[in-house]
Amino acid sequence: MPGLKQLAQRPDLMAGGHRACAGCLPMTGMRQTLLTAGKDTVCGCATGCVEVVTTIYPYTAWKTPFIHSAFENSAATISGAEAAYRSLRRQGKVDKEINFIAFGGDGGTYDIGLQALSGAMERGHNMLYVCYDNQAYMNTGIQRSGGTPKGTATSTTPAGKVVPGKKQFPKPLTEIMIAHNIPYVAQCTPGFPKDLSDKVEKALAIDGPAFINMLTPCTRGWRYPMEESMEVARLAVETCFWPIFEVEHGKIRVTRKPKEKIPVVKWLENQGRFRHLFKEENKYIIDEIQAEVDRYWEWLLKREALSQA
Amino acid sequence: MSRRLILTGNDAAAEAMRQIDPDVVAAFPITPQTELMHKFAEHVADGEVKAELVLVESEHSAMSATVGAAAAGARSMTATSANGLALMWEIVYIAASYRLPIVMPVVNRALSGPINIHCDHSDTMGCRDTGWIQLYSENAQEVYDNILQAIRIAESPEVLLPVMVTFDGFIISHTAEVLEALEDDIVTKWVGEYDPKYTLLDTDNPMTFGPLDLQDYYFEHKRQQMEAMREAPAAVKKIGKLYGEISGRQYELIERYQLDDAEFVVVALGSTCGTAKVVIDELRAQGKKVGLLKIRCFRPFPETEIAEAIKNAKAIAVLDRSVSFGAPGGPVHKEIKAALFGTGSTAGLVNYVYGLGGRDISMDHIKQTFADLETIADSGTPTDSLRFLGLRE
Repeated sequence: MPGLKQLAQRPDLMAGGHRACAGCLPMTGMRQTLLTAGKDTVCGCATGCVEVVTTIYPYTAWKTPFIHSAFENSAATISGAEAAYRSLRRQGKVDKEINFIAFGGDGGTYDIGLQALSGAMERGHNMLYVCYDNQAYMNTGIQRSGGTPKGTATSTTPAGKVVPGKKQFPKPLTEIMIAHNIPYVAQCTPGFPKDLSDKVEKALAIDGPAFINMLTPCTRGWRYPMEESMEVARLAVETCFWPIFEVEHGKIRVTRKPKEKIPVVKWLENQGRFRHLFKEENKYIIDEIQAEVDRYWEWLLKREALSQA
Repeated sequence: MSRRLILTGNDAAAEAMRQIDPDVVAAFPITPQTELMHKFAEHVADGEVKAELVLVESEHSAMSATVGAAAAGARSMTATSANGLALMWEIVYIAASYRLPIVMPVVNRALSGPINIHCDHSDTMGCRDTGWIQLYSENAQEVYDNILQAIRIAESPEVLLPVMVTFDGFIISHTAEVLEALEDDIVTKWVGEYDPKYTLLDTDNPMTFGPLDLQDYYFEHKRQQMEAMREAPAAVKKIGKLYGEISGRQYELIERYQLDDAEFVVVALGSTCGTAKVVIDELRAQGKKVGLLKIRCFRPFPETEIAEAIKNAKAIAVLDRSVSFGAPGGPVHKEIKAALFGTGSTAGLVNYVYGLGGRDISMDHIKQTFADLETIADSGTPTDSLRFLGLRE
């Protein structure tokens, strides 16, 4: 596994000058992923922020081969490219080792692309799917997705006089992927770059399908100062709101266990999208979020112990 | 050097695919296309082909995987029908826009709703403006021949567009016919090696496929796509002629059946052309000047050739096996009408919608149509220029 210094010395495969917002952590996640994967990697991306900011014709920020087709089919598109590779390699027309990575935002993964993702994973393609989860449809203007946390104010779940933001907890996408019994599933965030890199390295080395859910804070949608993206990402882990862990052939390993579990309110209070939760009448929602964080964290640790036994 | 086989349309398509031996095939089941992929899957299971068969979870993913495979430099195919085509429509349009030479047999079936599994052309007519070349087949022989030609047409460097080879659900797909197939080595030589200029797998020369294309370039790219479509008729004709040299069966954009001196003309596509030809033979024996214009290549629409072929007609009946709701006539009728505009044609023109949802069309229906045309020739285009065949009202 390369260290951060070694990674930093590798040639950048995501060119600067793309159109992402300052403080965009999805783009940091892309850069970290590509540094680990290397140039012999075929990438695809669902319609969304990353696709839009990196490929405005006649420019491209991708120094690897790249394909965008539509919103819901990143996994299916890359599964086709991987099938082509297998076929051509079997025929002796290609000889090098090539990685296949499909990217998608939370909208393109939790929601509209879930079927294509499920199908590609079930078929066993030798590919990695990375969900860059910024917890809403940011590209179209911050609408709620199946990955948006409970209580979040978005354009379609505004904090109104009667309804205080999104009513539902997010869909447990990582658990859904674990339930696919694929060889490798992980959660990570660019806030912990070495952890992210190690997971990408493992996911690509494994023969078969792999899935990584990458929490990538969005300064515009989450409404925090742009220079705080890395802190916001790290605090999501330190509060156990976003546990970082991996499931390798069924064995669970939590890759960071905070020494002191910080209350989730510390993560919520710096983000404008949760501001309304601090009104007296809405504080019960914070309690509900904390209870869900605690429940999942305990459940994860128990399963880790069980799977390691 | 040919083999006489008894095959259904689906089996004929699978036989053509076996011989083409594409690198990647994506498949999802839908009636009446299913047996085509059953047969191809048998070829894969028996190790007779090198294709990677990707058994996807929907038609949307079938076309998406085919796009990914084609962009990766693989000769790629899929097949579908009706609702499957409708589900993949978004990516059907993208495949053409990315100039990927995919070949897709489409077994024509009525679109839902209500749900119906039998033949009409509402599925492929519904995507006539997606940028795909469309070849309609009259019988199993043409299914086989069209698929073999489609590979060469799609991959022609001046074209680089996907091709749909359509054939009527059940009527062709499930009916066994005698056909002549080429020897394997001849087909292998005919299709040749697929050698695309740019591919995703060329990691030393990384290319971005499908970038965001805004106000400053999208229009020019659409113009280039139109240019490719403009080049297509010449390629279809050239390849149709070359195919004649290896098979003895030459193909053009249209087929003129007893058309040279025909005063009364029926225009149709698909299996109905076979029925019409039998009727024409009967009526010709009675001395009637009747003929058929069969449209093989509906996209691109061979406007000039068609106008020339029917310029002497006194009355024309256009048979549409689909509806264009709210439009003044079916899709084929509108194109014919447009093709005749400005040619000075004084022919009476009538549109018959028929066969929706698999309703049978008989020889009597076509005889009635020719009888109608004799009346129309005397009185000009009738006020009820949209009529129906075989409909209870």
